[in-house]
Parts: sequence; C-alpha cells; structure tokens
Amino acid sequence: MTHIRSRREALRLLFLISPSLFWLIVFFFVPLLLVFAISFGERGTYGGVRWVLNLENYRRFFDPLYLRIFGRTLYIAAATTIICLLVGYPLAYFIATRPPRWRNAFLLLLMIPFWTNFLVRTYAWLLILRDKGLINTFWTGSLHMGLLQLSRLLPLPIWEPLLRATANPLTLFGTDGAIIIGLVYGWLPDMVLPCYAAIERFDFSLVEAAQDLYANRRQSFLRVILPMTMSGVVAGSVLVFIPSLGAYVTPDLLGGAKSIMIGNVIYSQFMAARDYPFGSAVSFVLMAVMLAGTLIYFRTGRE
Amino acid sequence: MRSNKRQAGKVQKRRRGRWLNRLLSLHGVLGYIFLYAPIVILVIFSFNASRFVSDWRGFTLQWYTRLFGNQAIGAALRNSLIVAGASTLISTVFGTMVALAMERYRFRGKMAFDALLYLPIIIPDISMAVMLLLFFVLAHWNLGLITIIISHVAFNISFVAVVVRARLAYFDISLEEAAQDLYANEWQTFRRVTLPLIMPGILGGALLAFTLSIDDFVITFFTAGPGSTTLPLRIYSMVKLGVTPEINALSSMMLLASMGLVFLSLMLQKGGKGGMDIV
Amino acid sequence: MNKHMKAIAIGLVTGWLAVSSVACAPAGPAGPTLAKELHVYNWSEYIDPQIYADFEKEFSVHVVEDTFASNEELLAKLQAGATGYDVIVPSDYMVKIMIEQGLLAKLNHENVPNIKNIDPKFADPPYDPGLVHCVPYQWGTTGIGYNTEAFEEPPDSWAYLFDPEVASLYAGKFTMLNDSREGIGAALKYLGYSLNSTDEAQLMEARDLLIRQKPWVYAYDSEQYEDLLSADEIVMGHGWSGDFFMAAVEDERIWYAIPREGATIWADNLCIPKTAPNKYTAEVFINYLLRPEVGAKISNFTWYASPNAAATEFIDPEILEDPAIYPPAEVMERLEWIEDVGEATPLYERIWTEIKAAGP
Repeated sequence: MTHIRSRREALRLLFLISPSLFWLIVFFFVPLLLVFAISFGERGTYGGVRWVLNLENYRRFFDPLYLRIFGRTLYIAAATTIICLLVGYPLAYFIATRPPRWRNAFLLLLMIPFWTNFLVRTYAWLLILRDKGLINTFWTGSLHMGLLQLSRLLPLPIWEPLLRATANPLTLFGTDGAIIIGLVYGWLPDMVLPCYAAIERFDFSLVEAAQDLYANRRQSFLRVILPMTMSGVVAGSVLVFIPSLGAYVTPDLLGGAKSIMIGNVIYSQFMAARDYPFGSAVSFVLMAVMLAGTLIYFRTGRE
Repeated sequence: MRSNKRQAGKVQKRRRGRWLNRLLSLHGVLGYIFLYAPIVILVIFSFNASRFVSDWRGFTLQWYTRLFGNQAIGAALRNSLIVAGASTLISTVFGTMVALAMERYRFRGKMAFDALLYLPIIIPDISMAVMLLLFFVLAHWNLGLITIIISHVAFNISFVAVVVRARLAYFDISLEEAAQDLYANEWQTFRRVTLPLIMPGILGGALLAFTLSIDDFVITFFTAGPGSTTLPLRIYSMVKLGVTPEINALSSMMLLASMGLVFLSLMLQKGGKGGMDIV
Repeated sequence: MNKHMKAIAIGLVTGWLAVSSVACAPAGPAGPTLAKELHVYNWSEYIDPQIYADFEKEFSVHVVEDTFASNEELLAKLQAGATGYDVIVPSDYMVKIMIEQGLLAKLNHENVPNIKNIDPKFADPPYDPGLVHCVPYQWGTTGIGYNTEAFEEPPDSWAYLFDPEVASLYAGKFTMLNDSREGIGAALKYLGYSLNSTDEAQLMEARDLLIRQKPWVYAYDSEQYEDLLSADEIVMGHGWSGDFFMAAVEDERIWYAIPREGATIWADNLCIPKTAPNKYTAEVFINYLLRPEVGAKISNFTWYASPNAAATEFIDPEILEDPAIYPPAEVMERLEWIEDVGEATPLYERIWTEIKAAGP
C-alpha cells in the first residue's frame, strides 16, 4: 500500500474513488441522514412522522422482548454463516481445482439457480420440507416400507426404533432448521464467489513446497492454503452473515412465521405499525452493531 | 533405507491425496444437488395440471401457453433485464475502480470511506428502500426505471468492491513494477497486467451484482414508478393469490434461457483461443 | 390573417377538438379531455384483463397496470409523495388512513354518475361516509376455509381455532393469517369483543389466547393456505373468502364458513391519489367500472362479491346464490369493519411481536 506522495498519485486516487464517492454520498448517505433524523421523531396518529426530538425509540429497542429477538437472530445468522462456510469453501476449492475450461461452467452453474425468483425458490423448498413434502414422503413412504420389509426378512430388535421413527413425518417445516436451510441456500453463492476468487489465484506449487518440507496435508492446508485464502473466507462470511441478520421473508415462509427475526421487526414497524421512527431506530442499532463487527472482522481477518 | 521410507511415505500421501480428491468431488456433486434440488422440483411442477403447486394432478402445458399470452410478464421481464444490465455495468466499473483505490492507497479519511462502502451491504433492505423513496420524492424525481437503476447501483457498488478486493488482497505489485520497468505506461500496465489478473474478481463481482439486481424486491418496489414493474414485483403480487404453476413456468423459461446463454458462451470460448477465464 | 379571422379559426379548431373528443369518449361528458394513458395501481389478478382492453377500445385510453402486494406498501409509496398513479385500490381501513393523511383526491361525482349503482349497504361506509373519496370495488369477509371431508358440519365458530378443547384436536392442522389486525381481531371476536378494541385489558386477554393457541398453529400464513388445504397439510385455514372460492373451483373439497361470533367484512376501493396526473380520465375509468355489465364481469372473474347492485343481474347465479359469498342479512349484521386504531396501532404490533417471539 502506498501513501499519497505525488500530485499524480493524488489525481489517480481521486479518479478512482470519485464516481463511487459521489454515488454513495448522493444516493446513499444523504438519504441515510434523512432516516437518521426520522429515528429521533415520533409516530403520528395515522403514521407519518411527528418531529419531536427524542431518544425514546432507541430506549424502546432495549426492551427484553426485542433483545431476545436480536439474540435469536444472531444465533440463526451465525449458524447460517458457519454452515455456508463448511459447504461453500470446499465447493469453491472443488471448482478452483478443476481444469480452467470447466471452472467457468461450474461457476455459472452455481449462479443459474439464483436467476430464478427468490420467492419461487423458497416455495420449492417448502415442497421439500413440508409434513407431506418430498423428504417426508420418502421418510414415511419408501424408507418406512423398506425397513418393514427388512424387519420381516431379518427379525432383529434394531428395526423397532427405526420403524417407530419413520412411522411419523419429521417436523422440518416451521423450525429454526428450516430457516437456516433456506438462508444457507440463499446465500451460498455469496460465500463461494469470494472464496473461489481467493483460492483460484492461489499458487498450488506452494503446497508442494510445503509437502516437500514434510508438512502433512492437514498442516499444509492449515498453515499455507487457509491463511493465503483467508481474504475470501472473510469477505464471504460477511456477505452471508449480514444479509442473514436482516432476513425476514425466509423466517416467514420456511419458519411458518412462528418465530421472528429482527428483520421482521423492522419490516413490520415500517409496514404494519407504520412507525417509521421506531423502524429507523431499530435499523440504526442493527447497522451500528454490524458495521462495528464488520470493520473489526476485516481488520483481524487481514492480519 | 531412509529414501525408501520417504518414497513409501510419498506413495501413501498420494493415495490419501486421491482419496481426499474423491471426497472433494463428492462434496462438489452433493453441493450442486443441493443447489438444484428445488430447481428441479420447480420445473417439474410447472407442468402440473392443478392450479395448486403442491398437488400433482397430471401433465399439462397450459401454464406455458398462458405465460406466452401474458403481456404484463413480458413487459416486467424487459424491465428486469434493463435494470439488471444497466446497474451491473455501472456498478462493476465503479466498484472495481474503488476496490483498486482502497487496496492500493492509504489516504486521510480512508477509514470513514471504508465504513461508507460497507454500509449499503449492512443496511436492512427495507430501511434502504424507505430512505431512497423519501429521497427521490423530496428531490422531485419521477419514479421509474432510472430511480430503480440508481438504487441498485447504490448497493451493488459495495458488493462488487468487496469481491474485487478479495481478489486484489494478495496481488503481486511487483508484476506492475516489472511492466513499468519495461517502459509500459500506466494505461498499458493496467490493460495488459493488472486487468487480466483481477478479471476473475471483476467478473465474479459482476455476476453477483447481476444476481442481486435481477432478484431484488424491496428496494425495487419502493423506487419503482408507473410502468416500471419488474419481474420480482410482478411475481410477489401474483403470489399474494397463491403460487400458480404459471410462476414456475416462468422460472423454468428463465432457467432455460440462462442455461442456453451459458452453453453458448462456453461453446464460443471453446472455438476461441484457449478460452478466457470468466472468474 | 386579421385578428378576427384568427379568433374564428381558433374557435373552429377547438370546436372540432371538442366534437372529436366526444366522439372518442361517448360516455364521458365534454369538457376536460381524456389523457392518452392511465396508470392503474392494483392488486394482482384482480380484474379481468378484457376490461382494460374494452375500455381502451371505447375511450382510446391506454391502461397501464402495475401491481402491489399489500396495503401498507401502497401507503408507504403514496405517503412519500407523487408517484404517478391515477387509480389505486386500497382496502377500507387504509382508505381512512389515506384520507386522514390527505393523500386522496375528492371524487367529482358528476363525472361518476354510475355511482348510483352502488348498493345502499355500501354507499355510506364508516371509512368514507358518502363515498366522498372512493368507490367500493369488491368486498368479502375473513373467516375459516376448511376441508369438507374433515368436518361433519362446517367449522362456523372461532372456537375451532381458539377453544383449547377443540383447537387442540386440530393441532398442527390449521393456519392463522400472518396479519396482526386479522389475527388479534379473530381472538377478540372469539372473546366477544370488538375487533377494533383499544382496551388494553381486552387486548392482553387476546394476546394470552393467541400465545396459548400458538403450539397448535401449523403456520402463520397469508398466501398459501388454499394450497396447504388442497395438499392435506391442514384442514382449516384462517383466510380471506375469495381465496377459498377460487380454490374450490380446483378442489371441490374446499369450502368456507363465516364464524357465528362475527367476522371481518372488508372492501377494496377505487380511489384517486391527490397527486394523480390524470384525475378526469381516472374518474371516467371508475365510472366505466361501475357499469352493470362491467361490474358483473369483475365479480365473475374474481369470485368476490360486488358492491354494485345494478350488476347483480349479470353475475353468475352460482356466485350470487352462495351464502358464503353473499351472506344472508343476519350474518351481515355480525360482520365488522377493521378500522384504523390510530395510537393503538403500535400496541397491536407489539402484541403480535410478543406472540411471534413466544414459545420454545
């Protein structure tokens, strides 16, 4: 990294950042200030904003009810991120170690499902997870019948609990598990893409070098590959964790709306309650937590 | 003896390596099954004779014929492609530029700019949607495709920048210096050295931006005006009355089209020299 | 050309324009001219597309329809300011909110003579007495849709969803609407209160009831309950009447009951935003929709009841004779409009959040 020393470099820097800077200030920061101002207002009787400067909306957030929801949200988002990483990193690794010609095909194959509509995909998951969905049709159908046949052929006591388990459908729909599956599915490419970008430009001759120095596979992965691709892991985790924190459609559809995440609170404050000030305040608390977390994370992740 | 042992160790390592490779391939296959399971189901049910998605009542093509007769969906598709295309283009260029700047230079206010750059990723959709709507209306802008594109660029710049920066993180600056030592000017260095090296990151960012843009609902809804309904907006309001297989048929058609495009581009690459690396 | 001749020429031209505009718009009165385009902001699949085409043919006005998915989304957009829409279709309580916020234009009843076709029952609704700002478009009720094979007699009481002895029999076999006002409203009705109650004690009672009910609820859902019914995932769904009637066309086991404790009556309404660019054209369009044959065409398409009394004779008898669509007078009396509860809205929302956050 270079400090700006010459006028020439200053100009180059200006050229590189000014379009984004302009865009983000005019079309993001200024509107953001508007909402920030609103977060200190008060809800009008019929919605709308009454301009009385106060901190009431921020105080309201620190209600055990909302804090509990926030805690749950953190847990679901963290679980989503970890699972995404466990699934996504090896997948990125798999793609990156294919012959170059195939990599593009694999990457595009990764993205294509996401060019269909989010709602339609989520509904498709419903068909898989429901009590009479695909998994349970197999579970209580073919699997149960198969076990029944086996138990007749080989009358052993081990079949008993298995038969009992497969007699009833698994409760998948409406659980936290279903929400997490939906979120992992939705954000997997956000994990794979940055991981891939990092792994792909990794020089695998380094691994050979490490192995020549008697490093075993585990060591060469942990000491060489992982640290060298950490930037991708960090970027991917942030790209997954943050949107999962704000999710509200997935908990409604796959969770049967029986549990609630902080995104639902924000959405319903802006919509059903028409309480823009409180909705804005909750968003700002959420953003402050996430921004602090992200900056710290990126900082530590780079070192 | 020693070297023999070493030899044996290497063979063992290689064997284990093959085993690990198989495991990796298995993971890859399972990963893609996970990604495509709902998609396959979605396509199957687009041929369902029942109006309900989940209840199989035999094969029909009626949803496809209905789809082709639906002008509103055609218009929505066109709007979606315009928005996604334009916002991807703009945000990829701007996002790459800013990623270069952030990875290369130290300057005053960088920390603040860094924060500003992450905010659009961090902000909840609905807050961003509401604030943009308020802004456009206060600024007396007519809501329409332009305001949607502006809003999509506002969040996509950040996503592109994050992906490109991940690629740039370990960029070997000596390559550029070498080029400059060979009397390449700045532009040549960028075109011939830097750009090809970071291209995978740029295209990855563009892919992500396109995907986010074509599927965005909340921000699009709030910044849309008369006549600028995009596909997600159309689908959300259709779903309010229950999901009909017509929506599945639409998704299947989109899938088919994108698969076709991908296939075509891969074929073209094959014909060309060596094939360009997309990501 | 002297001044005199110029005046004559202008007179001729304007005269010709007036004549031609009358020719183009036989039903519209002369005077203001029709715009070329009309922007309608509607719910999806809520009008027979043929109606737009017919209107276009008769008046040479191209109708562009955009769709929205909830009243709240519609309000949020309108609240922000000019959006360019000429006709919008908010529900009853939302009309009230929009009037209070000064978002709706007053209708010029002279341009909407067909308003006389509206059934007297709907001519003076609590949310807009005298139909100053809106014209009712379609109406219906909120009740219980069910699988007729699972019940010997229709589940025509909220007890099926709330009474622990009954509801627990259907544990995991019914859905509740994912909507704070409808959900809490149903509980209030079961307890014998008004569904617009702002009494905190009553609301807390409703909250406790809903929390106790939660373990038995399959899902809180406003979109796919018909689908779930048809797939035998559930046997009862708390939902909007028309959805079940449309579903019954596909699956005759599905039917609908209005709970005897009383239920929600709702209506969607045609309104013109204050910021509408083409108010006159919008009024001509609303007037067109109020024609008897057109009104009937809408109901025959949506399976919702029409507030248009003159349309009755053109509506399918199958729809007309259905007591669940056109309830008898004694049922009508027990129906209640959802009204905006003003300052109590955040309380309703908090209760709903508590219910969602409750439990394991």
